[in-house]
Amino acid sequence: MYSTKEPDAGTPARVSSQLVTLQIDGMSVTVPAGTSVMRAAFDAGVRVPKLCATDHLEAFGSCRLCLVEIEGRRGFPASCTTPVEAGMRVTTQSDKLAKLRRNTMELYISDHPLDCLTCPANGNCELQDMAGVVGLREVRYGTEGENHLVGTKDTSNPYFSFDPTKCIVCSRCVRACEEVQGTFALTVDGRGFQSKIAPGPTDFLESECVSCGACVQACPTATLMEKSITDLGQPDHSVVTTCAYCGVGCSFRAEMKGNQVVRMVPNKNGQANHGHSCVKGRFAWGYATHPDRLKHPMIRAKITDPWRVVSWEEALAHAASEFRRIQEKHGRGSIGGITSSRCSNEETYLVQKLVRAAFGNNNVDTCARVCHSPTGYGLKATLGESAGTQNFDSVDAADVVMVMGANPTDAHPVFASRMKRRLREGARLIVIDPRRIDLVRQPHIEAEFHLALRPGTNAAILNAMAHVIVEEGLAREEYIRQRCDLPEFEKWKRFILEPKNSPEALQEATGVPADQVRGAARLYATGGNAAIYYGLGVTEHSQGSTTVMAIANLAMLTGNVGRPGVGVNPLRGQNNVQGSCDMGSFPHELPGYRHVSDPAVRELFSTTWGVPIDSEPGLRIPNMFDAAIDGSFKGLYVQGEDIAQSDPDTQHVTRALSAMECLVVQDIFLNETAKFAHVLLPGSSFLEKDGTFTNAERRISRVRKVMPPLAGYADWQVTVELAKALGYPMHYEHPSQIMDEIAALTPTFTGVSYERLERLGSIQWPCNAQAPEGTPVMHVDAFVRGKGRFVVTEYVPTPERTSRKFPLILTTGRILSQYNVGAQTRRTQNGAWHDADRLELHPHDAENRGIRDGDWVSIRSRAGETALRAKITERMQPGIVYTTFHHPDSGANVVTTDNSDWATNCPEYKVTAVEVTPTTKPSDWQKDFQRFTDAQAALMPQ
Amino acid sequence: MDPKKLVKMANDIATFFDAEPDRAARLSGISGHIKRFWDPRMRLALFHHLDQDAGVGLKESVIEALTVSRDSLLPKP
Ligand code: SF4
Ligand code: SF4
Ligand code: SF4
Ligand code: FES
Repeated sequence: MYSTKEPDAGTPARVSSQLVTLQIDGMSVTVPAGTSVMRAAFDAGVRVPKLCATDHLEAFGSCRLCLVEIEGRRGFPASCTTPVEAGMRVTTQSDKLAKLRRNTMELYISDHPLDCLTCPANGNCELQDMAGVVGLREVRYGTEGENHLVGTKDTSNPYFSFDPTKCIVCSRCVRACEEVQGTFALTVDGRGFQSKIAPGPTDFLESECVSCGACVQACPTATLMEKSITDLGQPDHSVVTTCAYCGVGCSFRAEMKGNQVVRMVPNKNGQANHGHSCVKGRFAWGYATHPDRLKHPMIRAKITDPWRVVSWEEALAHAASEFRRIQEKHGRGSIGGITSSRCSNEETYLVQKLVRAAFGNNNVDTCARVCHSPTGYGLKATLGESAGTQNFDSVDAADVVMVMGANPTDAHPVFASRMKRRLREGARLIVIDPRRIDLVRQPHIEAEFHLALRPGTNAAILNAMAHVIVEEGLAREEYIRQRCDLPEFEKWKRFILEPKNSPEALQEATGVPADQVRGAARLYATGGNAAIYYGLGVTEHSQGSTTVMAIANLAMLTGNVGRPGVGVNPLRGQNNVQGSCDMGSFPHELPGYRHVSDPAVRELFSTTWGVPIDSEPGLRIPNMFDAAIDGSFKGLYVQGEDIAQSDPDTQHVTRALSAMECLVVQDIFLNETAKFAHVLLPGSSFLEKDGTFTNAERRISRVRKVMPPLAGYADWQVTVELAKALGYPMHYEHPSQIMDEIAALTPTFTGVSYERLERLGSIQWPCNAQAPEGTPVMHVDAFVRGKGRFVVTEYVPTPERTSRKFPLILTTGRILSQYNVGAQTRRTQNGAWHDADRLELHPHDAENRGIRDGDWVSIRSRAGETALRAKITERMQPGIVYTTFHHPDSGANVVTTDNSDWATNCPEYKVTAVEVTPTTKPSDWQKDFQRFTDAQAALMPQ
Repeated sequence: MDPKKLVKMANDIATFFDAEPDRAARLSGISGHIKRFWDPRMRLALFHHLDQDAGVGLKESVIEALTVSRDSLLPKP
């Protein structure tokens, strides 16, 4: 159930311009039409007893506890299902009502175990509360008759249990699973007294359940209960903070007992998630106190030396003196830093400031390099701002949803639930993805078009769609005339109308029949508000930036930018990848996406920071690796990133890391990169520090410290100390002061402060004098760049081709229960759903190669070889295989190549030509990896 | 810096801008992109490859763009 701190109005709020006034217990109250009597009473300060109603679910009217009397009506209507009417006179308390309610409670309690004192819900149980509220003093019925007091507890889910003996069959869980999560995993089996709740024919773990926790939150009793509460008891206080996993950026209440988290509950007032969550944020927080956490700074001279535990002072002084020594010998540009998209805005800002001000160069980059850097480039070039155009709520107004190269039900689950709700309400769906992702077909959802294209042909498909729209006269000429650069549009139009861009001409390359492309194009252009949501399946290609621009072209062409329900929406991967980009983590841009060559911008920063700013762009991550191998780049400060696992062509990366003279890794765990480090600085988890994260909808939300940093310092403090050791003191007592500096230097952030965040809950940038409360939808009257710019997006096939030797295409992705390189989720019980990466392939490809489900197979590309277990599935099209990269020993990136996006060098993770063959042993790389891992483990202090 | 990689990167950039029909815009697209996004040592190495090895492997449009914009592309000492 809800955290005790959150009041429950009983039924959902209604929006209506029509207001209705009625009397409740003699008090006058005015509410929007369509509101329930129960909610109107709540607004008047009257709590009507209830059990089956809760304000995030539609009322159901089964428990009969919320009865009221209404003047002029017969009987006792249920207040949760009765809508208000003007002039209604409602009585919520009378002797008759009291008696009826007591009788109802008596029936419930007579079939309920009376072990309240030892029940985990004790102290936060609605059944207990209601028994108290209605004044139940005796239960006349014994337990001899038929009852539900015997039943087996289902403990299969690692995080919550299901105890059927405590169930009152209010169906809140079933409705939560359907309405909030959209998974339909639970059913009410049987009728009347026989009815019971079941997760299908199996237990919870084996069912369709995705462990989002919505049912647990909805349950008014101890039937569905977090195991952490069973183990630790009820919390004593709670703190609102933001999830540190994905780019949805869900708001949570960390429910605490002293310094110990006992539960994370999604915050009902959270503006990104509106009280919903997924298995990661809700349950997978145990990594924060995992025994593997690094607690002491360590140093060593060579990566073959044992680690030596030292004081913070010694570690920082050593790192600083090494960096200075390298710079003296190899030049100012021989060192750099990598900021983390998992750290806060303030921390990221400080790392880039340290690189620019203390190192004196622009060699700073972030993991967005390997995910959404093409989004930044492509959207800036076309629309004028490197960010998505909408808020998440906007999907409620979409009539057509187009999902491209994204798998939101796994990677952005809470937003996916919102999207699914809109699709169930009737919005129409286009999916462009080589795989049949879950969204293509779900309970009550079916994609009207699934364009199952060949990997690497995104730009071709989008060009073909645009061709159809222009050719068939479906473009919004008026919109374009008013808002876009016309000469550029005309040039683009000539290009797009060329016969080579027709769906018929391109179907050979894309593998998608022309009539399907035409149908999808017509639907997108004429179906009403059309919104595009895309992910790494768009960006991680050699034509990543081109494709992002083609998406923007399509949206401008059809007038689908600048109001709710439409837009271009990158679903960003990590919790703060938007923020890390905003904060100047790119080697060519200062905070706010301003190029380092702009003298006015440099002047602003150099005045505030008191040092000159280099006017030349620095090295991007892949360039850093190349320069390291080349010998001109020797020192790197990496905060909270695991480049050795996440970046492509692992062997190239490890060669580069091995060539470093001083690698400083700041992380909460000994990650893969740390195995090549000379200095280890323990990091702090999101629970241990104050700051802000910015999610995929540009929403800045507070992260709040609920426990002290395990190793003594929050990450921002470590950077401050390192800067000091480098002779560049920074003066901050609290992250709010860092935000004040960001606001003073960044036009899109001028209105942002901790005080305003406190007041508004969260803020979507731009937030400044023109938009003091932030900007949910961008480009409303005009594009940020002035005139929207159509860019010619010629389709160019990737250089990565299949051949006789490498006949299959490998593409990579992620799944719901694991997060990115898995450093966090692998240290939780989420392994129950995904304990190893598998290679998915089509039955036809498997059969041709004599591969059975579960067999070990070797995957070989031009870059390297690894081995995984096979999973045979019809989700894949023949010729295409797929894997995740959550486990380091899988070596998915040993196989990926160093092809990259032409504009940003974002690696082409999504297309690698491979061959798959049965095998019985790990690859040579895996053996080497294991040897190296064991050797490094032996060098850790015992 | 490995010239093979730089050649590939420069060619990839040129492939995008080659779709631009206007020659001047095409060349300034290529050189502008390199100037905005490449660390000076990478630009130097590319010119080195152009001067020493006649830019083997470079697309015609890259060679043209580098030649036209040599002054602005070469980092100031
Ligand atoms: S945890 Fe979520 S998916 Fe699983 S049964 Fe409950 S509501 Fe449904
Ligand atoms: S499990 Fe909980 S929410 Fe579901 S029907 Fe039983 S009491 Fe109600
Ligand atoms: S959807 Fe993303 S932000 Fe929300 S709880 Fe899950 S991982 Fe956290
Ligand atoms: S709360 Fe209204 S019938 Fe249950």
